Amino acid sequence: MSVVITKPGTLLYDGVDWDYDKVKRVYDAIEHIALKEMGLDVYPNQIEVITAEQMLDAYSSIGMPLMYKHWSFGKHFARDEMMYRKGYRGLAYEIVINSSPCISYIMEENTMTMQTLVIAHAAFGHNHFFKNNQLFQQWTDAEGILDYLEFAKTFISQCEERYGHAAVERVLDAAHALMNQGVHKYPKKRSLDLRLEQKRERERQEYQDQTFNDLWRTVPKPAAGQRPPKSVSERKKLLGLPEENILYFLEKKAPRLEHWQRELLRIVRHIAQYFYPQKQTKVMNEGCATYVHYQIMSRLHETGQISEGAFLEFLHSHTSVVFQPEFDDKRFSGINPYALGFAMMQDIVRIAEKPTEEDRQWFPDLAGRGDGMAAVRDAWANYRDESFILQYLSPQLMRKLKMFSVRDDAEDPYLLVDHIHNERGYRSLRKMLARQYDLGYLEPDIQIVDVDLAGDRKLILHHRVTNGVLLDESDAKAVLRHIANLWGYEVQLIEVSSISEAILKEHAVTAPSGVGG
Amino acid sequence: MNIIDRRLNPQGKSLANRQRFLRRAKEQVVKAVRDASGKRGIQDIENGEKVTISAGGVREPSFHRASSGGVRDYVVPGNKEYVEGDTIQRPDGGGGGRGNEGSADGDGEDDFRFVLSREEFLDIFLEDLELPDLVKQKVKQSESHSLVRAGYSSSGSPANLNLVRTMRNSLSRRMALKRPRRAEIQEMEDLLREAEESGEDAEQIQMLREQLEKFVLRSRRIPFIDPIDVRYNRFESVPKPIAQAVMFCLMDVSGSMTEHMKDLAKRFFMLLFLFLKRRYRAVDIVFIRHTHEAKEVDEETFFYSAETGGTVVSTALEEMQKVVQERYPAEEWNIYAAQASDGDNMSSDNAKSVGLLRDAILPLCQYFAYIEVAAEHNMGLSALGRETELWRTYKQVQSPDRPLAMRRVRSRREIFPVFRELFSREKAGA
Repeated sequence: MSVVITKPGTLLYDGVDWDYDKVKRVYDAIEHIALKEMGLDVYPNQIEVITAEQMLDAYSSIGMPLMYKHWSFGKHFARDEMMYRKGYRGLAYEIVINSSPCISYIMEENTMTMQTLVIAHAAFGHNHFFKNNQLFQQWTDAEGILDYLEFAKTFISQCEERYGHAAVERVLDAAHALMNQGVHKYPKKRSLDLRLEQKRERERQEYQDQTFNDLWRTVPKPAAGQRPPKSVSERKKLLGLPEENILYFLEKKAPRLEHWQRELLRIVRHIAQYFYPQKQTKVMNEGCATYVHYQIMSRLHETGQISEGAFLEFLHSHTSVVFQPEFDDKRFSGINPYALGFAMMQDIVRIAEKPTEEDRQWFPDLAGRGDGMAAVRDAWANYRDESFILQYLSPQLMRKLKMFSVRDDAEDPYLLVDHIHNERGYRSLRKMLARQYDLGYLEPDIQIVDVDLAGDRKLILHHRVTNGVLLDESDAKAVLRHIANLWGYEVQLIEVSSISEAILKEHAVTAPSGVGG
Repeated sequence: MNIIDRRLNPQGKSLANRQRFLRRAKEQVVKAVRDASGKRGIQDIENGEKVTISAGGVREPSFHRASSGGVRDYVVPGNKEYVEGDTIQRPDGGGGGRGNEGSADGDGEDDFRFVLSREEFLDIFLEDLELPDLVKQKVKQSESHSLVRAGYSSSGSPANLNLVRTMRNSLSRRMALKRPRRAEIQEMEDLLREAEESGEDAEQIQMLREQLEKFVLRSRRIPFIDPIDVRYNRFESVPKPIAQAVMFCLMDVSGSMTEHMKDLAKRFFMLLFLFLKRRYRAVDIVFIRHTHEAKEVDEETFFYSAETGGTVVSTALEEMQKVVQERYPAEEWNIYAAQASDGDNMSSDNAKSVGLLRDAILPLCQYFAYIEVAAEHNMGLSALGRETELWRTYKQVQSPDRPLAMRRVRSRREIFPVFRELFSREKAGA
């Protein structure tokens, strides 16, 4: 740390207490650095001051400022509150919402230095990432999300009034259980505009109410078995099978759901889709925000706008955020996304500006191109965790973190060290680490493969097992029960080996009694 | 940039979620509360409680891979000595680095612990219980009234004058009748003075003067505040429900009452007190202990000081009657009584006790609970149905239209069930 003599007159603030004037001054100073010097591009900012209790509130409803009501949020709140009161766990310093304007929460208990850090981290770091990363651009509608949540909240509370808490809860429970299986992973026909989504739902509802005629109920149904049975492939094509978005399939095709039940599934599905990019960019998102706050705080310090004491306070919390315990440490709980992300961002800047011979070999396009900031901005815009690591993890960083890979084969009595940080291991390590962040690989591959609508209507799902790791049985059974509740008929899940196509395990749940209406 | 202060937003946004959660976990929470209340001391029964429920009922399942089996690869940091091909002893409890990660969320299949607030605890604890005869039998309630605001009236005492309403009426009347404002008159006077000073055109002066005169006259004729403008706050007197209760604790403290029995009695009294406190704004307690003579004492003495002597129940009833007459008129107080005894009484006193109870005490009371406490090891005998002296005596008085309930309690565990039985909803009023 270089010692810079600060002129007291130019300090943005002094002491630990914060007030609105100070926050405003600091914001302006940060904005200057972020936009002019670092070239960030952000949504308009909205900073909201909240209490610790409100922070807990926000936690429990997955960080959103407004959310529909469900018991599971109450459960999370009860647990988080307990942990917090007992001191097992501190609160996050901030929560930031991918919306436009971008809302950042800051807690009233924080010191002025912490508020500065939070503004740099959330209001500029995360905000820039949300606005520029291609996944977010492709999958989320920052303008519409708050309005959509408002609509969802109202709609669900109306449903609770109309159909009872228990009926709504039943559908929501099932939808929550399938949330991970409720996203479209590949772009196809999609409506990004959540406002339009609301309007369409309202119109559908009105149309139904207008055209309702009880007489239709009395029209005799055609006798079963008249139509010629369709071939399996024809049937699958008609239903759009195989389908990996289970929620979507149930919403569109489940025969016994009411309109409002379909709408509930749709709401949960939209929310799952909204969060999907965040799940895929943990390392990058946090890396980006951490790199940005580090740069900004350093600049503020260099230009004498914050005091030495404030900078030390910042360094203290910064180092604990990017601390990476080693694998044999008691505190180890996987790779810290802040640590990895921050280290990689710094590494990219280093490679761009001061490359070594090795870097030139590994990153011919990047090494020595100068302007590290432009290089990281480029990375932030175009990658997700998996591709980012595959592209940018350098041998030097692998050596620094002393990475190695372990193979855990349940049939062997020992764990095997596969690759270490040396010439032979770099590429494999990088590939394996990247795969560790690939949601497509992390989450079990479950698809709906067949259903015979003319026959017994049994829904058949396949889990394609990779590396012989099966599903957790009791949870799988519980989720199948939820699917059966929505589908209304028998549901079967078959675990198939992806290599040999052999059936490894079957789970089945019988049709629920008296479900559907 | 916008800074918004949300700290003053309505708190407890997650309350609705919490209620849904408690409803969801209802059975388990109720069970946990019952268990907890059995274990802890009566004194702190009013505090909140940390309850632990099994995670089963509130599990949120999802499709995920099992934590064991198959082949897994991990990349972890911090290599110190390994080279390719080394083998590592499998650590206890699952796979390599990732094994720790699973437990880090703390979710697992463990029990789920959280804190119930005092209100929630008591609500669940006293659920389904109802006080018998919440309404006073005697409808002498007209004695106690309270005033409640009820709109406005055109008559009333000056103290109740509603200035805002009055001025509003006055203003609208003045506007409607075009009463000249003071400023207008002032302006007119100024104009007139100017005209007079400049000595201009006499006709003009005359006209101004006439107009001013008209204005003044008009403002005099139309008063600033007219009696029809005046409004008063109106109050209505509503009968006040009796929101206070007194609880009489009667206990036999003769030598035959052991510490164990007193403890049982105490627990019962505490429950009753707690229960009454939930329903009434103010609850008084009167402790009356008796041997062959009765005395009103403080709590400490009541439970802990030893006394010797015979057992004459009627003295306690007399004492209670006296206290009621002196301090707790039945029209103004809801009177509850709980008597604890081991069942001894002097045979000669039985007739007198019955008379007192039937004719004097029960008509005063909302509810009279008689708890017969017995030694724990002694349960064989009384369980066989040997009725005690006092039990037989009180039984004569018992009838469906009298608010008398009798129960036997032998161990701590029975206190709460007996209490519930006495006050459970369907039994109310029996």
